[in-house]
Amino acid sequence: MALAVDASRFEGVPMAPPDPILGVSEAFKADTSDLKLNLGVGAYRTEELQPAVLNVVKKAEKLMLEKGENKEYLPIEGFAAFNKATADLLLGADNPVIKQGRVATLQSLSGTGSLRLAAAFIQRYFPDAKVLISSPTWGNHKNIFNDARVPWSEYRYYDPKTVGLDFEGMIADIQAAPEGSFVLLHGCAHNPTGIDPTPEQWEKLADVIEEKKHMPFFDVAYQGFASGSLDEDASSVRLFVKRGLEVFVAQSYSKNLGLYAERIGAINVICSAPEVADRVKSQLKRLARPMYSNPPIHGAKIVANVVGDPTMFGEWKEEMEQMAGRIKNVRQKLYDSLTEKDQSGKDWSFILSQIGMFSFTGLNRPQSDNMTDKWHIYMTKDGRISLAGLNLAKCEYLADAIIDSFHNVN
Amino acid sequence: MAMSRAAAAVRQRRCGPLLPAARSMASWFGHVERAAKDPILGVTEAFLADPSPDKVNVGVGAYRDDDGKPVVLECVREAERRVAGSTNMEYLPMGGSVKMIEESLKLAYGEDSEFIKDKRIAAVQALSGTGACRLFADFQKRFLPDSQIYIPTPTWSNHHNIWRDAQVPQRTFAYYHPESRGLDFAGLMDDIKNAPEGSFFLLHACAHNPTGVDPSEEQWREISHQFKVKNHFPFFDMAYQGFASGDPERDAKAIRIFLEDGHQIGCAQSYAKNMGLYGQRAGCLSILCDDEIQAVAVKSQLQQIARPMYSNPPLHGALIVSTILGDPALKSLWLKEVKGMADRIIGMRKALKESLEKLGSPLSWEHITNQIGMFCYSGMTPEQVDRLTNEFHIYMTRNGRISMAGVTTGNVAYLANAIHEVTKTN
Repeated sequence: MALAVDASRFEGVPMAPPDPILGVSEAFKADTSDLKLNLGVGAYRTEELQPAVLNVVKKAEKLMLEKGENKEYLPIEGFAAFNKATADLLLGADNPVIKQGRVATLQSLSGTGSLRLAAAFIQRYFPDAKVLISSPTWGNHKNIFNDARVPWSEYRYYDPKTVGLDFEGMIADIQAAPEGSFVLLHGCAHNPTGIDPTPEQWEKLADVIEEKKHMPFFDVAYQGFASGSLDEDASSVRLFVKRGLEVFVAQSYSKNLGLYAERIGAINVICSAPEVADRVKSQLKRLARPMYSNPPIHGAKIVANVVGDPTMFGEWKEEMEQMAGRIKNVRQKLYDSLTEKDQSGKDWSFILSQIGMFSFTGLNRPQSDNMTDKWHIYMTKDGRISLAGLNLAKCEYLADAIIDSFHNVN
Repeated sequence: MAMSRAAAAVRQRRCGPLLPAARSMASWFGHVERAAKDPILGVTEAFLADPSPDKVNVGVGAYRDDDGKPVVLECVREAERRVAGSTNMEYLPMGGSVKMIEESLKLAYGEDSEFIKDKRIAAVQALSGTGACRLFADFQKRFLPDSQIYIPTPTWSNHHNIWRDAQVPQRTFAYYHPESRGLDFAGLMDDIKNAPEGSFFLLHACAHNPTGVDPSEEQWREISHQFKVKNHFPFFDMAYQGFASGDPERDAKAIRIFLEDGHQIGCAQSYAKNMGLYGQRAGCLSILCDDEIQAVAVKSQLQQIARPMYSNPPLHGALIVSTILGDPALKSLWLKEVKGMADRIIGMRKALKESLEKLGSPLSWEHITNQIGMFCYSGMTPEQVDRLTNEFHIYMTRNGRISMAGVTTGNVAYLANAIHEVTKTN
């Protein structure tokens, strides 16, 4: 009997939609204009608009090469020295919660992997709970909670009228949510808007979250990268922890150590007692094992080496200040150019008050399209530009484009 | 059900005031129980804690040299030297390193595979074998929600966790025959025949974990034939290519048989053992499709699953793999080194069997040399294993699985003697 295997079982599998951000880079590559500028990129670029590996990372890798360590499996929770370093960085090495052993830390696959572990934990142990995410937020947040089957809803965040924070809306929506919700907060340098609450606003948020018995859940992807100071950028998280609340925190070293491709981050759960942290950690491990068994070593060793050596740690802080500094300079130049060239009296100061890699320009979809079609400037359609992809030389050109798009396009 | 009760209990507990002092604060996690300890890790921990100079660790699932030390292959060290500082650390595409995928497909499907030429294989870089299996399990759940997975008895314990967390129902099929310490071929074929048409089967391509028992080539052909009759889907977990016989082409034989017979397979590959890249988490998931268009669609969906899990896979291990496999001289060196590891294991199997025979053991130990790969299912009972540990400081998992990687010329006699002692009154 001649046996033919039937047609593939995957015949019905449709093509997935293109990634909104990758699509930008692809279109940019295809553009032949000399004037083109890629402001979609979510990775730091030097003033020469080149990707860069931090010097301190090169040093650490060289050291690791010389040491020639083995490549054995890490334990499920990851590299111990990294886990210690990352919790210390986040909370401060002298933080009582660390001394008391109340922090469950798992090395995980950068910010995404940390968020996903937390989401899986929430689904398993808090199946009736909802996650509240900002409107807007990083595009992948929704995918993570969807795939983890955790319901989510949005709280107001961005106010297009002021190109700033809709704080009252934010507070109202968090207050209105069912008790025991998880509130996803960006620790610093909100992505995509660049708009962060002020210290006073953080205090008020903590009041409301405490009052409603919500769980604060921080996504910290830019510690040190936002203001240039590791401690300052962690102040929002530390504020909540100081109040004695239990807190989830996802961390990433993609941007602040430029370790994008090595996928290094951590999920931390600050718990009420050490034995609670123990139990929570054991269950996070149980979720990680059937996902990837144990996390990749390379990035963890780099971080541990850098943080563990006072000289290298100092060098890292310097390089981070430089990166943050370059972004601040570019913001200033862009603001100056806009203010100088725009005769309408529009207030462009949001460029200066926003922080981090991204800026929400307030441009709408047709206006963003104009940026690309007429000016060869590539950005995401929500009006977000990545300042990491901008240099001083291009600021005036960008200012011209923004002014034109804003005033002449509906 | 239990979850709602637990969640309700949590709500009730949180009705009290939250106080700044941590000790008096009600935790959200009161209902979170301590997870059971990983059985294999427990073995290693106990071994480390044992002060005896005679102690032997044959629980370890990682290769050791004849001095019992972990090994980093020469080809890996050289690859690392070459890649150091050679590239930036920008995100890999969601599907991973293109070069690494290309080389992985050549390894699994054959250098001259028509399927590669015709671009019919949807493939993504994955987080070693675990990650590859998990991506497939999630893909199965999403696009074939009514399907289930047949898993051999026994299998690597994490297989059960993976498909369970992906929410794909599991069934088992007969595999290991305890009486002969070999393959229960009749039972296996029965289960294949009795499974509903179009069932999904997880097959170990070579060096079955934990038994070391592989079907013969003829048996694989029969299995493939029966799969065609039943239109079953074969998903191969290939974690030991090259590591089993010493020859990667030979170790991929089962896969090649199925491909020749026209099956459209899925395959998880790992470089943890055969390249010693354990902690780098380097692997690949591939699915053979009808044509290029379908392969592109399937790949795009695999990427969609990976994105909310870890966005894109880690670079370093991928660089090592593609550097080695992409350079003829380095690839040659790798082939030599992987054969060296396999040969050492095969040598230790022979030595252990012969030592037991010399000691006059009344039992048959043929299975030690019949089985292949890192593990040997000794046939010892949990009680016998406990005696090995308590009386002889020999550490292994209680299912009687010996990791041959932990056997050395230095400890094989001691090991044989201990095994003989606990089994001679069998």
